[in-house]
Amino acid sequence: MGGGHRHPLHWPGNSPGHRLPPQVKIVAALLLVICVVATPRQVFWAFGGYLLVLLVLWRVAGVPVRWFAKRALIELPFVVLAVLMPFVGVGPRVEVLGVPVSVEGALAGWAILAKGTLGVLTSLTLAATTSPTELLVGLRRLHAPAVLTTIATLMLRYAEVIVAEERRMRLARLARGHNPRFLWQVGATARGLGTLFVRAYERGERVHLAMLSRGWTGALPDADDRRTSPRSWCAGLSPVAVTALVWGVALWTS
Amino acid sequence: MDQLTEPTQTTVDAGTPAPPALLVEQLTYAYPDGRQALFGVDLRIEPGERVALLGPNGAGKTTLALHLNGVLSGGGGTVHVSGLPVCRPNLREIRRRVGLLFQDPDDQLFMPTVSEDVGFGPANFGLRGEALRQRVRQALAAVGMTEHVDRSPLHLSGGQRRRVGLACVLACEPDILVLDEPSANLEPVARRELAEVLGELGHTMLMVTHDLPYALQLCPRAVLVDGGIVVADGPTRDILADSALLARHRLELPWGFSLSAAEPTHG
Repeated sequence: MGGGHRHPLHWPGNSPGHRLPPQVKIVAALLLVICVVATPRQVFWAFGGYLLVLLVLWRVAGVPVRWFAKRALIELPFVVLAVLMPFVGVGPRVEVLGVPVSVEGALAGWAILAKGTLGVLTSLTLAATTSPTELLVGLRRLHAPAVLTTIATLMLRYAEVIVAEERRMRLARLARGHNPRFLWQVGATARGLGTLFVRAYERGERVHLAMLSRGWTGALPDADDRRTSPRSWCAGLSPVAVTALVWGVALWTS
Repeated sequence: MDQLTEPTQTTVDAGTPAPPALLVEQLTYAYPDGRQALFGVDLRIEPGERVALLGPNGAGKTTLALHLNGVLSGGGGTVHVSGLPVCRPNLREIRRRVGLLFQDPDDQLFMPTVSEDVGFGPANFGLRGEALRQRVRQALAAVGMTEHVDRSPLHLSGGQRRRVGLACVLACEPDILVLDEPSANLEPVARRELAEVLGELGHTMLMVTHDLPYALQLCPRAVLVDGGIVVADGPTRDILADSALLARHRLELPWGFSLSAAEPTHG
């Protein structure tokens, strides 16, 4: 069945985490990240507390930890930077296993690693429980600029169409003996991209006509006019309450 | 010379006669690059009529279709839809009255899911909440696509996309359907299924096509356009029987197709 709209960052499910209205989850994720970022970096235990909150959320959503771990690899370039910081940092140095490391650099590296990882994991949690379409609905309900949400909605749909078009063009090139693995054939590929751009542009014009034909006035209508219930706000913001508590204590003790 | 007959159907009403569903008078249009596409088209379609708009590639069929809901304008001549002139202040109502089905369903289906796409039009025309959901359900049921409501248009077959596109148009409850090449790129079964759906609809219909058997099957009347003007207008069977006329305008019946054997499905 090709029924599902499978996205690599989405874990389809029907857990309480999945069922929450998207706007609640977006706000909760944003607040959670703010808490993480605003925590003083030397309060090490607080970051453990945040991770615990995320682990509980994953459990509730029924998404395996390994799934997150794999997708968190996107962070790797920043981890490299964080690992380098203790060695290139300035200020007083201490010897660790015979290697002099900068205290300031080590702390900065730790902050990048901890806050970055928690930020990525929070975003992944949001993405895992909220499909791209729902995310856009949420942003629209939160009154994000209509132009941006419209562009993103159309991108979501037409990225696939354009990728399919590119695939057809590539097959057509291959069928006529083109072998894109050779560097000197990069010219043909570039020209193909140019054609793809023109095609995408023309399609854009036709789509605009189609939208006008159905009464388009400049903003996507929201089909669902039900108000978000206070209960779902409470449920969605409860993890944020815990993180806010951790953050408050961290500030107090630092 | 080419035949230019009057429409066979006229409203016989003792009181005030209903305005024609569609009245196009002396419509001319040139694209911004200077290419003239329409040279004075006259067309009158009565309510409930099904008309095939035939013509070779580049005859101006699609250009004409895009004028009927005011998406293209700026040339000479006038278009009236059920008596309402197509002009800027009326555009919203015109676009509700005229449902345009585009040739490429990928142009028409631009929302992430089928239900959002079908709901796009009626939501623009002010429908919300349960009424909107109800309208989406009805439109999808009319084209037999109810079970695909939450899928992405990308995961549908060509025929299914065409039917969802039709549902998008039907959801706006238009007075007149304008279909641009509805049978293009469809496998035979999908083509027949679409014909069955279209045959069930009671709408006034203008079907742009060069699929001549399809025109005969669905439309009692045909209008032949070439070089930006109407060159023939009459019963579809008569027009298709005039092989000299068809040949003059680069049209021909498919190999093996016999007019005498074909029974139209319209009543």
